Amino acid sequence: MPEPLADVTSISGNGVPSLSAAWPTRRRPVLPRADRRELAAIFLGGAIGTSLRASLAEAFPHSATAWPWPTFSVNIAAAFLLGYFVTRLQERLPLSSYRRPLLGTGICGGLSTFSTMQVEILKMISAGDWGLAAAYTAASIAGGYAALYLATALVRRVRVRR
Amino acid sequence: MNVLVWAGVVLIGGAGSVVRFLADGLVSSAAGRDFPFGTLAVNLSGAVILGLLTGLALGGDQALLAGTAAVGSYTTFSTWMLETERMTEERQFLKVIANIATSLLLGVAAAALGRLIGARL
Repeated sequence: MPEPLADVTSISGNGVPSLSAAWPTRRRPVLPRADRRELAAIFLGGAIGTSLRASLAEAFPHSATAWPWPTFSVNIAAAFLLGYFVTRLQERLPLSSYRRPLLGTGICGGLSTFSTMQVEILKMISAGDWGLAAAYTAASIAGGYAALYLATALVRRVRVRR
Repeated sequence: MNVLVWAGVVLIGGAGSVVRFLADGLVSSAAGRDFPFGTLAVNLSGAVILGLLTGLALGGDQALLAGTAAVGSYTTFSTWMLETERMTEERQFLKVIANIATSLLLGVAAAALGRLIGARL
C-alpha cells in the first residue's frame, strides 16, 4: 500500500463522487486509500456475493437464446440492495468505515456482473436473436434502474430521527 | 461440483472484488470524478477478458473459476446503475445517456473483440 495521500477522497469509492469534494486537479493515478480491514471487508463481501451468483448460474444453466434468469435476477437484486445500503449509509446512519466496503463494494459488486451480461447479449446477437438481445438489455437497465430508485426512495421515506 | 472448486469460487470472488475496488480508484484518481470512468474502465476491461475466455471455449470448472468467479466479480452492474441514478438526481442527463450508451455499445464491442482474439489463440 502506498502512503495514504491527504487529498484522496472516498475510502469506499466505487467511483461515486464523495461528499468531501476536496478533489484538486490531481491527474496522477493513485491507488485508493484503504486500510487492510477495509480491503478484508471488500474481500469478504465479494466472496459472499460471488458465491451466490455462481451458485445460481450453475444451478440454472440456459441456452444462448433463452432468457438469462440467473444474471438478470442477481443484477436487479444487487441494484436494489446497493441503492438501499448506500442511501442508508450516506443519508441515515452514522459514518462507518466497514459497512460500505462490505455491503456495497463487496456483496453488491460481487453479486452483480456486467461482463456476463455483455457476453450474453453478444451470444444472442451472434445467434441472430436481436429481439431477445434488445429486450434483455432494456429490461436489465430499466429493471436495475427502477430497483435502485425504489430502494433509494424507500430509505428516504423514513424520516431521520432527531 | 466439488469442495475445492467452490473454495476457489469464494476466494477468487473476494479477490476480484478487491481488484475492482483498486482499479476503479486508480482510474478515477487519474480521470477525475465528474464522470464514472472507473466503473466504465473496469466493466469494459472485464468484458474483453470474459469475451476472450468465451472464445477460448473453456470447460466446466475452468469457465466457472475464470469467468463466473474472477471476471464476474471484477465487473459490476449495481455500481453502474447507482452512478446512473445519482447522475439523474443531479439532472446531468447528457452524462446519464453517455454512461449507458458507452457502457452498452463499447461493452458488447469489447466482448466481441475478446471473443475474436480468444478464438484465434
